[in-house]
Amino acid sequence: MSMKENTFDYPPKVLVTKIGLDGHDRGSRIVAAYLRDAGMEVVYTSPWQKIEAVVRLALEEDVDVIGISSLATDHLIIPQLMGRLRHSGLEHIKVVVGGIIPAAEQANLIESGVSHVFHPGVSRELIVETFLKLTHESRNANENRP
Amino acid sequence: MKKIPDSKLINLYDRLIQGESAALARIITYFENELPATVEISRLIQGNLGKAMVIGITGAPGAGKSTLINAYIRELRKRKLSVAVAAVDPSSPVTGGAILGDRIRMSEHASDPDVFIRSLSSRGKSGGLSEYIGNIIDVMDAAGKEVVLVETVGTGQSEVEIAEIADVSVVLCPPGLGDGIQAIKSGILEIGDFLVVNKADLPFAEKTVLELKSALELRKEKAVIPVFSTVATTGEGVSSLVDAVASCFYQISRDRHSHHHKRILKRVADTATRNMKNYILKLSEAAKTSLCEKVQSGELTTDQAADLCFKEYIQK
Repeated sequence: MSMKENTFDYPPKVLVTKIGLDGHDRGSRIVAAYLRDAGMEVVYTSPWQKIEAVVRLALEEDVDVIGISSLATDHLIIPQLMGRLRHSGLEHIKVVVGGIIPAAEQANLIESGVSHVFHPGVSRELIVETFLKLTHESRNANENRP
Repeated sequence: MKKIPDSKLINLYDRLIQGESAALARIITYFENELPATVEISRLIQGNLGKAMVIGITGAPGAGKSTLINAYIRELRKRKLSVAVAAVDPSSPVTGGAILGDRIRMSEHASDPDVFIRSLSSRGKSGGLSEYIGNIIDVMDAAGKEVVLVETVGTGQSEVEIAEIADVSVVLCPPGLGDGIQAIKSGILEIGDFLVVNKADLPFAEKTVLELKSALELRKEKAVIPVFSTVATTGEGVSSLVDAVASCFYQISRDRHSHHHKRILKRVADTATRNMKNYILKLSEAAKTSLCEKVQSGELTTDQAADLCFKEYIQK
């Protein structure tokens, strides 16, 4: 799906980052490039971000979607991130997780508010399509806030 | 986008004036994307403007702009000043997408509530800035930030617009940037109130400082432009730069009124240019063809064609 089939008042703005101690950032770089090439504005950070810093960044940059890459168990702290986002009034921001997520632990992420989990081998098209769809959802949720 | 009710806008404005980050972030989004709400917000914030010290940081890609800003923020925070940063990165001319990575180098300040950082895409605009940068600076000013740092896209030799927007502009020159000819060419070296040789721990840094100084002496107008040496990664030399920029700002501020007028005038001129361009590009296909044919056949020069469009625009 290309940008042309999706109409936005302004380009999707997304954050691609990694939290925790895992430094394998090749995947997040590739995803950031996919999203840029689909016409999105991508705020990219180096790995090892603190949860608090990710929340601040998402707030200051007014992003629509956050993509978290996790290859070595850092997904286990994502429910904490979801809690901090809600606590900071950012519940409209959609969160996507990609990487090595054991099937048994996926339900816990979804339950904490994560919108989508990507596993190895997912296509570029599906990643882009999902970010575009979630951008729509995030903006609708934000506009309809009291 | 649906129209935002006025009560919601006034609430957003109140939160902005109190310095709330979420309100600042949202309003920047409105301006960056020229959403309808900006008309009302522009009107509301007029009375809260003209307080911030606006500093432009420009220079070649890789000169160390983001890293210098990180060290600069550290110095400003020691002086208890609140800071907002607008960091512009280039967009892809093909897809319009962008990777915004400047703030990676400013992560030291990630948990400081008095530092607000916003990344912006240039969205294809030349000049190394974002189209609405002037409005975005205003919003940061209205939010009570005492210093606004503007980082341009890594620039070449002619991105001089920052000087018209900032109170004080700082141009970074990495060491060993070429022979003396580079330093006497017209362009960004002439717009700086300060020149900074960053990465001063590298070989040739001293030589670069000397070359810049001697090039400055050759200039006809003998305004003294100080040359500083910094090592942004360690913070060396940054404290004296911050002090010098501040005293330059206070000197300008004595003439604050005309300075502010200059900026408003530029904004009006920019808006006029933008509106005119949009008007011409959105003419009917028939009108466009007729205009082009007249220029092609020599019936009108491009200047005359532009004048014609201008007259039509005013009458509409």
